[in-house]
Amino acid sequence: MKVLATYNIKGGVGKTSTAVNLSYLAAMDGYRVLLWDLDPQAAASFLFRVRPKVKGGGKALIAGKRPIDDAIKATDFDGLDLLPADFTYRNLDLHLDSERKSATRLRGLLAPLRREYDVVVLDCPPSISLLSENVLHAADLLLVPLIPTTLSVRTLDQVTDFIAGFDGRRPGVLAFFSMIDRRKRLHREIVGELPAERNDVAAAMIPALSVIERMSVQRAPVTASAPRSQAARCYRELWQEACARVGLRPARPRTGSSPS
Amino acid sequence: MCYLLTAAREFVLADGAPASADGLPPLEDPRFGVAGQGRSRALRRVWLDTFDWRLFRAGLTMEHQSGRGTAELLLTGRDGEIAAAHQAPGRLRWPCLIDDLPAGPLREHLTPVAGVRALLPVARATSVLTERRGVNADDKTIAMLTIDRMTAAGPGRGPFAVRVAVRPLRGYQAEAGKLADVLAAAPGVGPAAVSAFEQALAAAGRKPGDYSSKIDVHLSDAMPATLAMVTVLVRLFDTARANVDGTVRDIDTEFLHDLRIAVRRTRSVLKMAGSVLPDSMVSRYRPEFKWLGDLTTPTRDLDVYLLGYAAMTTSLVAGTPAELAPFREHLARQRAAAQRQLARGLRSARFAALTRRWPAELGQLGRSPGRRPATGKFAARRIAAAHGRALRCGSAIDPGSPPESLHELRKRCKELRYLLEVFASLHDPAEQWRAVNELKALQDCLGEFQDTEVQQAELRAFATQMMADRSAPAETLLAMGEIAARLAVRQRAARGEFAGRFAEFASPRGQARFGALTGAAS
Repeated sequence: MKVLATYNIKGGVGKTSTAVNLSYLAAMDGYRVLLWDLDPQAAASFLFRVRPKVKGGGKALIAGKRPIDDAIKATDFDGLDLLPADFTYRNLDLHLDSERKSATRLRGLLAPLRREYDVVVLDCPPSISLLSENVLHAADLLLVPLIPTTLSVRTLDQVTDFIAGFDGRRPGVLAFFSMIDRRKRLHREIVGELPAERNDVAAAMIPALSVIERMSVQRAPVTASAPRSQAARCYRELWQEACARVGLRPARPRTGSSPS
Repeated sequence: MCYLLTAAREFVLADGAPASADGLPPLEDPRFGVAGQGRSRALRRVWLDTFDWRLFRAGLTMEHQSGRGTAELLLTGRDGEIAAAHQAPGRLRWPCLIDDLPAGPLREHLTPVAGVRALLPVARATSVLTERRGVNADDKTIAMLTIDRMTAAGPGRGPFAVRVAVRPLRGYQAEAGKLADVLAAAPGVGPAAVSAFEQALAAAGRKPGDYSSKIDVHLSDAMPATLAMVTVLVRLFDTARANVDGTVRDIDTEFLHDLRIAVRRTRSVLKMAGSVLPDSMVSRYRPEFKWLGDLTTPTRDLDVYLLGYAAMTTSLVAGTPAELAPFREHLARQRAAAQRQLARGLRSARFAALTRRWPAELGQLGRSPGRRPATGKFAARRIAAAHGRALRCGSAIDPGSPPESLHELRKRCKELRYLLEVFASLHDPAEQWRAVNELKALQDCLGEFQDTEVQQAELRAFATQMMADRSAPAETLLAMGEIAARLAVRQRAARGEFAGRFAEFASPRGQARFGALTGAAS
């Protein structure tokens, strides 16, 4: 089982869109996929039409009083399940803090899912907190969306510095440009320069496209609702790079995973 | 979406029930709706089980569904829940041994259930399936609705009433249950009384569990013993005949095993209870069944070797499995030759005459069986006599007795066991179970002693043959020697265990168990 996490300290950079689309592409590749919507804003749950409610809330999940298994919901897509968000997730830091081995609790919770899923995608809220630390310890690969701005690039440094301080197991990092607006000079400059300076920046880039914004209207991944769109092509390229980073081979592709 | 791993609720639609364009009755509840374009696909469906219904007895149903470009194996449990599923794009041919199925959870699930038996088609059908989505007020799919228009193969082929399965998606069981309730309340919708498998099976004229190698006849104490023996012999003949085709086609090793057991039981009945049958009949058919039994021996002996081969290789200490491989090849060649010989025998005029005349003569005798003796008394006398013979034979064995004396006792015990099985329906099941258990413990010990001796002798014969035809390198012979040594150790252990086992069998408590079955006769 490979654990991927879309993570950035900043909000509004495309984490949820990436988590949703990569989860869908993984399922289309034949993997058994679980997407965990860890963000109390519940955007990923909304996109899959799943009510953002977990019985007992985040506290019961973290304490192990409610098995993760019980809270999982099927999405409308073959091979893709969702662990929905819950508004109580805003207090996950507190619940984690009250557990032993509080920084690796999330990893322990995911371990029993190994037999059931090939890929787990964590959609994280924007912050740098105990929950973020848990995500970093649980993940095999961090997917860090970057809007090509100076401040955004600075947050990538903060993440990589933070991970560098870990003893032992460290996740891989794959940053990628998100919401690129080619009309902006700063975007063009950073997109041109940063990959030459760092080896953890993906070649795949996700432009700012209205079809991605419209996912919240369609309530489906753009890779499912508009599979031939430029956005879908960009997410596929990103998925292929992510696969290569974690050593996932394309499994048996599914056919007809559309909900209709 | 993970609906495959959850149990479905099934309904049937009455002919002429109101239905919308999608084939489903309208759902009169604003909380639910039906969505999707309702694409239909045709499927060929084959239900599979072993010849002796091991899956059915374990509460499992196995189905192979294939359609345009897709094929899937589905294993369902008693409650309709899918225990394992496997996409099987390659062509699967039936019958198929479990080891020849694609590797994966489905095969792992089946292996302990089916063991060495092959999976055979038991029913066939074609279905046109249309899938729709059952959705809630958020337009979220909560269940898959499968509309199934099925036609089975066989005399009662249908078409059957349209079936609708409601399969909840993971996490939506409660909501999907409510949707199913709404569907159930729609006009013209009723619960499916039988599964699609049961429908297809009935259409093929089959009943689940319609074969068993057990002597499941119902005898009574007052029944004339001749009629009882005819009933048993007819049942044994039916069992033997049911296994001939599978033996000739070499579908799996258990066809021959069951055939052989039926023949051995027949021979025992003729020997032990033949006094109530006409002398001429017994004297004519005993040599025929001996011939048939002997015909089955070489192949079965080699089957035993090959079935135990994996365990044999893992027990090697000095040798390696690779060194033993020429021995396996030798066994496989020998078995192929023995199987050809066996198949020839089962296609011979002599066998055809036996299968024609024997049931006819039994039928004739069954129509005028006479009155005496009564089965109850007759059975008690025969069992008591066989028990007495086994006790006398075993009591004469001491630590210095030759192996032949133990072989002789094994034969006596087998005769006693067959009599117990033949007359089982006369006995209290608990008492029968205790007596058989007591005897079985002794038989297991004697079996281990004799089997290991025979296998050592055979191993020497194989080694001689392999040296003669130069098919065995020295390391293979050394590995075979290691196996022979292990067999000798096992044989010595069985010999050491024998005295205790027999003492238990011959103890007052052990004798009382048989006394309970035979009453005054013992």
